[in-house]
Amino acid sequence: MDGTPALAGRAPLLTLQSVGKTFGRDVEALRGMSLEIREGDFISLLGPSGCGKSTALRLIAGLMHPTAGALRWEGQRSDGALGVVFQEPTLMPWATVEDNVWLPLRLKGRGRGAVRDDVLAALKLVGLEKFARAYPRELSGGMKMRVSIARAMVTRPKLILMDEPFAALDEITRFRLNNDLLEMKAKIGCTVVFVTHSVFESVFLSDRIVVMAARPGRVIHELEVDTPYPRSEVFRTSAEYAAHCRAASDALSQAIEMAA
Amino acid sequence: MSLAESPPQVAPGVGVDAEERARARAKRLEMVAKWTLPPLVMALVVLLWHLRVSCDPNLLCWLLGSEPVPHYIVPGPGRVADVLVGDFGLLMQGMQVTARISLLALFFAVIGGVGLAILFSLSKWTEMSFFPYAVILQVTPVVAIAPLIKIAVDDAFTAALIAAWIVAFFPILSNTTMGLKSVDHNLRDLYRIYGATRWQRLRYLEIPSALPYFLTGLRIGGTLSLIGAVVAEFVIGTSGTGLGLASMIQEAGYRLNIPRMFAALVIIAVLGIVIFAVLSFLSHLLLRKWHESAVSRET
Repeated sequence: MDGTPALAGRAPLLTLQSVGKTFGRDVEALRGMSLEIREGDFISLLGPSGCGKSTALRLIAGLMHPTAGALRWEGQRSDGALGVVFQEPTLMPWATVEDNVWLPLRLKGRGRGAVRDDVLAALKLVGLEKFARAYPRELSGGMKMRVSIARAMVTRPKLILMDEPFAALDEITRFRLNNDLLEMKAKIGCTVVFVTHSVFESVFLSDRIVVMAARPGRVIHELEVDTPYPRSEVFRTSAEYAAHCRAASDALSQAIEMAA
Repeated sequence: MSLAESPPQVAPGVGVDAEERARARAKRLEMVAKWTLPPLVMALVVLLWHLRVSCDPNLLCWLLGSEPVPHYIVPGPGRVADVLVGDFGLLMQGMQVTARISLLALFFAVIGGVGLAILFSLSKWTEMSFFPYAVILQVTPVVAIAPLIKIAVDDAFTAALIAAWIVAFFPILSNTTMGLKSVDHNLRDLYRIYGATRWQRLRYLEIPSALPYFLTGLRIGGTLSLIGAVVAEFVIGTSGTGLGLASMIQEAGYRLNIPRMFAALVIIAVLGIVIFAVLSFLSHLLLRKWHESAVSRET
């Protein structure tokens, strides 16, 4: 976004201090991960499978607790402060699009009528206001993912966690959702942590790329993509983009070698 | 078809091609056959039954070289129909008793099965403690339990009800338990992240997820409750206690009133079909909007 402050000037939102997670006795999923997430960041966690990127996301989501280190939230972490999008759209098939988006608010005891406008605004944000009454099975894969994004954004969270949300979609849909995601993020002004194994996706979307290696899962590189937002389709074909992709790609190959 | 796609535009003047026409015709034919073939088969069986039993000199008996069957061993369809009409009031009385036992047993099986399944899902310890006993109750043949129930419970109706309940209860319990467990784990995580209470998770997530499983259990339980009721009547309702259709079959047997045995059997079969059809329809109504099993597919 043109209005976003320079990276260094942003206020911290969440800090990971040498966070580690070991499953059982000896499966070390994540070791010594330190990361400062600042307001307005778009951070991609990039790495091969088994590098602990999903584990990191689950730790941030509070779905499990770290074995070592600590997560420090700036200010209060309330339930509405977090939105999540999984790899699958994860919609409730028995509920309409509208009711699926209503869910986070409903769980906080907000009645359907009281938050109707919020729900419709979220649907409008993802361009699905006409499908409020449809059931998930009537939608295409990309549209289901949009509903899932609307559900994550309906609480106007400070931080949205996305776990390879577009991995199962075709390339045309993925590109369009990439563009739209940046636009939506700018509109509601949230912070995003995005897990992916696609170099191109991470460069296009993020201002910081955290490259991770496996066995044990750890951070090996942090790259900055200093191209200002808004980024358009033109960015995808620029020399700048290619250079960033090469850098990220090299870092990723290194990560893969380290694990081998 | 998803709402995302608009129907393909057909250029004017382009008709339906031969292959599509043939497919449409085959589909129509299939629809007609689906509703006409079963009654045809029924008519054929009744006809063969009539010919074989009566042996009013006919081709079938000549081919088989067989003699007429005495009507006190196998009555012809005509005699059975006569009894169905003549004893209609009596049969309906019996039907009411059997239907009442089945439906009440099913009702209590739903309450018990669903209640226990929810209890199991709320507390793993309860499930570990009690599920094995539900299985034991299920695998022990009801014919063997029924006489014991009869001793313990004076009232024949109540005893039959308990026996039918035992049979109908288990499929509802096990299906609902399975359904409550088969919630999408990502949705479970989502509910946790949003700080859902246990009650919210049960009401908004687990119960809707379990609904298709429960309905399958209900359909099985519905037919089993009838079987349970009939078995219980046979074992408990020895003639004279005025129980339902099964007792009527037994009593008619003692009196060598074979056509009435057949007539009661026909009514039991019809009752079973009605229970199954009603429950299937209910299941369709509840699931038609979202569940794959009930959604009609195009192409």
